Amino acid sequence: MGINWKEYQASFFYDELINKKGNARLPAKRLATYLQSLDGDELHRRQQLAEATIQDMGITFTVYTEEGNIDRSWPFDIIPRTISAKQWSKTAEGLIQRLQALNLFIDDLYHDQKILKDGIIPREIIDKSVNFRKECVGISPPHGVWAHICGTDLVRDDDGEFYVLEDNLRVPSGVSYMLENRSITKRVLPELFEQGNILPISGYTNQLFNTLADLAPNVEKPEIVILTPGIYNSAYFEHAFLAQQMGVELVEGSDLTVAKNGYVYMKTINGLEKVDVIYRRIDDLFLDPTVFNKESTLGVPGLMKAWQTGKVALANAPGAGVADDKVVYAYVPQIIKYYLDQDPIIPNVETFLCSDKKQREYVIENIAKLVVKPANESGGYGMLVGPHSTKKEQAEFVELIKNDPRNYIGQPTLALSTAPTLVSGDKLEPRHLDLRPFVLQSKTSYVTTGGLTRVAMKKGSLVVNSSQGGGSKDTWIVDTEAK
Amino acid sequence: MLSSVAERIYWTSRYLQRVESSARLVNVYTNLLMDLPKDINISWFNLVTLNSGDAEYEARYKVRDERNVVKFTLADDTNSGSMLVSLAMVRENLRTTRDVMPESAWELINELTTFAKQSIKDGCLNRGKRHEFLTQVTNQCQLIQGYIASTLSHDEVWDMWCIGRHLECADMTTRILDAGTHVLATHDDRDEAHAPLIIWGNVLRSSGADHAYRRNVAASVGGHKVAKFLIFDPHFPRSVHYCISSMESAVKRLPKSRKIIASMKALDIRQTSSVRFTELDDQLSAYCNDLQVKLGELHGIFSENWFSAKK
Repeated sequence: MGINWKEYQASFFYDELINKKGNARLPAKRLATYLQSLDGDELHRRQQLAEATIQDMGITFTVYTEEGNIDRSWPFDIIPRTISAKQWSKTAEGLIQRLQALNLFIDDLYHDQKILKDGIIPREIIDKSVNFRKECVGISPPHGVWAHICGTDLVRDDDGEFYVLEDNLRVPSGVSYMLENRSITKRVLPELFEQGNILPISGYTNQLFNTLADLAPNVEKPEIVILTPGIYNSAYFEHAFLAQQMGVELVEGSDLTVAKNGYVYMKTINGLEKVDVIYRRIDDLFLDPTVFNKESTLGVPGLMKAWQTGKVALANAPGAGVADDKVVYAYVPQIIKYYLDQDPIIPNVETFLCSDKKQREYVIENIAKLVVKPANESGGYGMLVGPHSTKKEQAEFVELIKNDPRNYIGQPTLALSTAPTLVSGDKLEPRHLDLRPFVLQSKTSYVTTGGLTRVAMKKGSLVVNSSQGGGSKDTWIVDTEAK
Repeated sequence: MLSSVAERIYWTSRYLQRVESSARLVNVYTNLLMDLPKDINISWFNLVTLNSGDAEYEARYKVRDERNVVKFTLADDTNSGSMLVSLAMVRENLRTTRDVMPESAWELINELTTFAKQSIKDGCLNRGKRHEFLTQVTNQCQLIQGYIASTLSHDEVWDMWCIGRHLECADMTTRILDAGTHVLATHDDRDEAHAPLIIWGNVLRSSGADHAYRRNVAASVGGHKVAKFLIFDPHFPRSVHYCISSMESAVKRLPKSRKIIASMKALDIRQTSSVRFTELDDQLSAYCNDLQVKLGELHGIFSENWFSAKK
């Protein structure tokens, strides 16, 4: 026989599917009942089917190791995570609000810097930001938008509320896996889609295309390309996936050239063809060797000038990363208030800035129970999870903080929510997870229906990054009011 | 279409054709040896020579027996022309051109890769399972070709696909013919009439041409007629003539075609004047070798005009 939910919940955390009494939450009702009807062998069979599907669909991601780059199959858990449509629509509003405010903030930073003049954010935070690009000062990208594609990491604490953990405004990845997770789940648990109250997620690539097309307002049929660093990048799968889904060219730096007239062209069998919009998936510093990293072979010489003079649109715009600094993050509630005169719909996680003497002392004293993160890393690199660290590691981080206080923040270790996850082949146990929805903004705004759920496959672990052994789940926004 | 994409499509197509040819060849060769009397000394090593793999083989194997040759031809990672390596190259090129190819092409290739690797692990190279395995591989290749032909827009991507496929196919046809003459020259059969019949029959089967030949040429299989058919028949899709005509029409639909057509003419790839096929001796072999060299030059012309787009 299948799982007995009354025996499942043994943890103190908020579980996405099952409440503390062992009953399924409203959006998870059908799913929980269905899972109960499957025994361990059947669950195991479905998990194997999922893995075979992943192989056939060639869903991989690349891991960098000392021995070279390894292409791994995408780690996936078949048990979906559910959220009610009602809660989601409020969250989506909050995500749009947040990105709008961040874009106003970035635009302000590269123009009048009113927010600094008004003393809302200390000037030295921006002066010392490694992602502030002086080359962007005075530039006005279309619609005043700098970050067109944003991946926002949300976590649910034990009070059941969503909090923003971080904003990724540079080259956020994961959306292709969100879409593929749904395709896999449809094959693996087809019975559950019969009722039709699981909201579809397939609109994303259309929306992305429109968002990008809006960046060339004066061109009737703009030529859009995705610029990838190439097959050795961990997200190459995604770059190719998005290009295929949108029907646009996938290019590498060497496929592009900036001509004498200042426009960007791609090299085709017909000769050169003009490019209007570049969805770039390479970091600012590799975009243009004549401006940034001189060693970069990934970029295109002259690209920055073409962008500065409005001859090509870049998404996201260079310099947008200034707002996903984790120190700036701490100020986002004030940023929303300042530009939109609204209260933030989704709260931040409490954050201690090491640049502030008092807060720094607090972080150092309480390092054993806090999470300490560098301001500008992504992928979960270079951080310390206090409760899971050794005394030696803690001492190392205290040194790091003292040497470069501006670059570190501390946050309480969150009681991340859990969801039932298939372990050792046939058992369901709670594992911690987070959620990365994707937000688009150009002329209009859009939020994915749900997002990419990442799950820490190791018992008790809070690290969900796929580069560090995390897995993923399909995310269901369930309309509980539909008949 | 991007020059870099054009190049990868062209290679994807060539490698897929190569996967099919390798599987077909080993299958036919296995059958050939079953039909011939034991005392006929026909070496498995012909398969290696046919694919110009002599040096790579010698570096790895001492014995030129069936087991080694089959492994080398189909499953050896270190043989740049083996079936598995070709399959990996199809996948690698497709991975970087997924944006222009129909969605399921990628999925079908992954399935074929998984199937081939697993089957080889499960011992499908042994005679008992070999036929079934290789037939499935060729069928799967045909399915992918059919899928692409019926879902890919017949635009420039398709033209590039056709060029790669036909070039590879023409090249393989010349190699199979060459191998036929080679086998015939080296066998030591006392019954002179018997072996040629079987050998040329298998040459036809290696190109999947036995049926077309019977219908269009004759029921009886004769060496010079087979060679003539596989080189000059205008209708059979794997004949050198057909492949070159198809390439020409694809080239004409693509940009910069005038220059390439002119170069193709200059190559005079279909020249007939110097060869008579009444004698199946070194002349055919030399002709085949000459064709291979010219096809190589043709590749160079494509590459220079379309792929390595200079500033």
